[in-house]
Amino acid sequence: MSGTYLGMPAFPVAAKEAVGNETLRGNLRHATHTIRDKRAKAVAELDDWALLREAGKRIKDHTLRHLDRYLVRLEESVTAAGGVVHWAADADEANRIVAELVKATGETEVVKVKSMATQEIGLNEALEAEGISAYETDLAELIVQLGDDRPSHILVPAIHRNRGEIRDIFRDRMGAWGRPAPDGLSDTPGELAEAARLHLREKFLRAKVGISGANFMVAETGTLVVFESEGNGRMCLTLPETLISVVGIEKVVPSWRDLEVFLQTLPRSSTAERMNPYTSMWTGTHDADGPSTFHLVLLDNGRTNTLADEVGRQALRCIRCSACLNVCPVYERAGGHAYGSVYPGPIGAILSPQLRGIQSEIDASLPYASSLCGACYDVCPVAIDIPEVLVHLRERVADQGGKGHRLEKAAMKAAGWVFDHPRVMAAGERAASKTRRLHPSKLPGAGAWTDSRDLPELPPESFRDWWKKHHNDRKDTGT
Amino acid sequence: MSTGAGAASGTGTGRGGGTGTGTSGGSRERILARIRAAVADAPDAPEAARDYLETHTPDERVIDLLAENLADYRALVHRTDSEGLPTLIARLLAERGARTVLVPPLLPAFWLSALSSVGTDLIRVEDDPTATARELDVVDSVITGCALAIAETGTLVLDAAPDQGRRRITLVPDHHICVVRTADQVVGSVPQAMPLLDPTRPLTWISGPSATSDIELDRVEGVHGPRTLEVILLTE
Amino acid sequence: MRAALFVTCVNDAVYPATGIATVRLLERLGVDVDFPEAQTCCGQPQFNTGYRRETEPLVRRMTRAFEGYDYVVTPSGSCAAMVRHHYPKIGDEAAASLAARTYELTEFLVDVVGVTDVGAHFPHTVTYHPSCHGLRLLGLGERPRKLLESVRGLELRELPGADECCGFGGTFAVKNSDVSAAMGQDKVSNAVSTGAEVLCGADNSCLMHIGGIVSREGAPLRPVHLAEILASTEEEPWS
Repeated sequence: MSGTYLGMPAFPVAAKEAVGNETLRGNLRHATHTIRDKRAKAVAELDDWALLREAGKRIKDHTLRHLDRYLVRLEESVTAAGGVVHWAADADEANRIVAELVKATGETEVVKVKSMATQEIGLNEALEAEGISAYETDLAELIVQLGDDRPSHILVPAIHRNRGEIRDIFRDRMGAWGRPAPDGLSDTPGELAEAARLHLREKFLRAKVGISGANFMVAETGTLVVFESEGNGRMCLTLPETLISVVGIEKVVPSWRDLEVFLQTLPRSSTAERMNPYTSMWTGTHDADGPSTFHLVLLDNGRTNTLADEVGRQALRCIRCSACLNVCPVYERAGGHAYGSVYPGPIGAILSPQLRGIQSEIDASLPYASSLCGACYDVCPVAIDIPEVLVHLRERVADQGGKGHRLEKAAMKAAGWVFDHPRVMAAGERAASKTRRLHPSKLPGAGAWTDSRDLPELPPESFRDWWKKHHNDRKDTGT
Repeated sequence: MSTGAGAASGTGTGRGGGTGTGTSGGSRERILARIRAAVADAPDAPEAARDYLETHTPDERVIDLLAENLADYRALVHRTDSEGLPTLIARLLAERGARTVLVPPLLPAFWLSALSSVGTDLIRVEDDPTATARELDVVDSVITGCALAIAETGTLVLDAAPDQGRRRITLVPDHHICVVRTADQVVGSVPQAMPLLDPTRPLTWISGPSATSDIELDRVEGVHGPRTLEVILLTE
Repeated sequence: MRAALFVTCVNDAVYPATGIATVRLLERLGVDVDFPEAQTCCGQPQFNTGYRRETEPLVRRMTRAFEGYDYVVTPSGSCAAMVRHHYPKIGDEAAASLAARTYELTEFLVDVVGVTDVGAHFPHTVTYHPSCHGLRLLGLGERPRKLLESVRGLELRELPGADECCGFGGTFAVKNSDVSAAMGQDKVSNAVSTGAEVLCGADNSCLMHIGGIVSREGAPLRPVHLAEILASTEEEPWS
């Protein structure tokens, strides 16, 4: 993955700052609550939702089980339709392939459709190092790029910004990148969208190279699919002469008909719409319509590692809808940046440590960035059991040892021993109850709990001691 | 990077010509080998049962539902028959104040037969493959047919047939009028649409005018695509 | 009808009143309650923190402790969910059998005993927080609400954002204490906004976390376990 996130502090440290930021919390609360209710309504319109969810899950599981076969089939189909297929084992290789393809066109600028895969590999930075300017054209990506910021949401990368902040970024920064914002720009969403339209139009009209990702690739037909709302995707996919799509290998589905499931579940889960405004489907190159050259770069970059984990591989079902982010109480308060990855929220907490490994401080902390409340699993349109994967990854982190985990393991073993010896446990309970008047509500060393919460007062006797008396009374009275 | 025996396909396996990245051949075999190793012991995963509904909409509701859902996402919906179509198109263009209108290669001639009755100076612009995007950008309106429409999602699907033209002509102008034949072009659901569409053609699914949810996750209409979408439901 | 009480380690050591209330309630309804003293902890804290191997002996102990009982009842949605969902994966067939015989208290009352009116009296305004594991893992649905609505004198107030997690999450509460506390504070604000005197829940671990915030903030709210409300009668009011 991109080097941008290396050296990120562990999740709790990064989250602490966000929790204390009132503006950020207000922005996130407003946005996630707005979409939550709408999603629930959009989903409730389809009374076969559970069956669609199960079908989506099984299509993905079947594909992953035979991923080699379907990728080879995809390669044949795309090639037969006039496309060129490249394979990239990691981010460096993908970036190198794309940079060389752009350089071969003689162009020094490209327009981009929002793509998680190209964010993941840090393509913009890699192109910049080669003297190629990459312009993001999705409204939220534009806000992030102009603000020299990092994305904090899969669907809406600038979700951490409110309309006033967006207005300021447009006013202050658009001029340096091209057409400046109109004078007297207000913070109404309509005017902000208009400013983006004007700013980006000149870039679309002169673009010779477009770069995209894809939501789905159909092995049977070689068709690629991009879901979008604004029309920037259509601009990048049809106006340039050369189109380069960088797509994770898990995005393939076997057949054309498989799309009918995701065309129903993705928009409703994502933007809570019956259908997003624009979906583009293209198959190789089309005569005198759209780009005359099409390159597909298939990206591994940690996906085959993830595929090898019997519990964790279900994360590869993800269709990047971001419903799990929108319902997550931890995401709502910690914000997307704390996850130290282009994939934030619950799905990020299971995807990033698998794609990147669990060696870094941030990746080893992500599996714990959840209260395991299960709201993410409920809304996932491909039924990824995120809590199950989180717990599984916690096992891997605990096995690895390292900071804090050796001590924790010793404590778990000790507790386990006590729990395996009820008499010892009862004695401990009695000792604690006897000294309870001496327990302060704030314990030194228990700061993580007592900084914001009092400890409960211990009872005069444990339940099991009460039971003995109760049971004896019962026997005495013969009941 | 080692290439291994099976790497004969090399880079750039398509007829567009290899780009000589030099490593892809090796990576292709390496990725495929890693996949095979990763799933070697994985449980069987049979193909999905398609036990979800083929449609959620009774036939008699389909046209009205299409109209409702199009309107819900701020498309302007009109209904007319063949007789009324030419004057309706002429009126919509006149109300828009269009001076130029893009037309695909093979629009039924009668669609535009009333243009002269409302405005004499409306210029027809042909869908010319050599036109630049800038030239399209100064055109006011575009009028097309469609491949089909889906009621449940309020979607028009265009497949670049001669009555629809190249993808870009319905993208760059700010005003799109799309005619849907209700007799044979409207289906209820997405699963009903799939077998009718040809994936070898470039497909554009349009559900309302351009929109964004990028500001505070609230939908606002109008960004890069046509900000005004007018749909004419044509009865016979 | 005979049932074994699985009191849970938290209730045993910290909230015995909930266990006592559960016994009183079940006995009042004619259930013959037993308390197998070999029981300790279900192992959820270990399992959810990533110590599966350390969980295994506890699963074996619990399985043995509850052998031979047709019904095992626990006043904790979270511990019931641990047994029901994870025991079959961690343990042997006996563990899977325990999973099938384990009931959360409201499930046992509504589905097995077949009552929603348990004859309780509790003259207070109450708002109910459905803890995540009861809500999503067990699917308790309307059971707790039906039981509460049948309590005489009780006025139930709708809790805004009821299905949102309170932020406890076991070791999450200390590993991510800032986010956990922020979630708990929002839960307390929502509960206070109802004007209810009592915040009722069916999981004391959540109530311990929420109660810790209530106590620290001096919020006008009293966390009470559902079993204690249901145990309360006009003749013998629960304190």
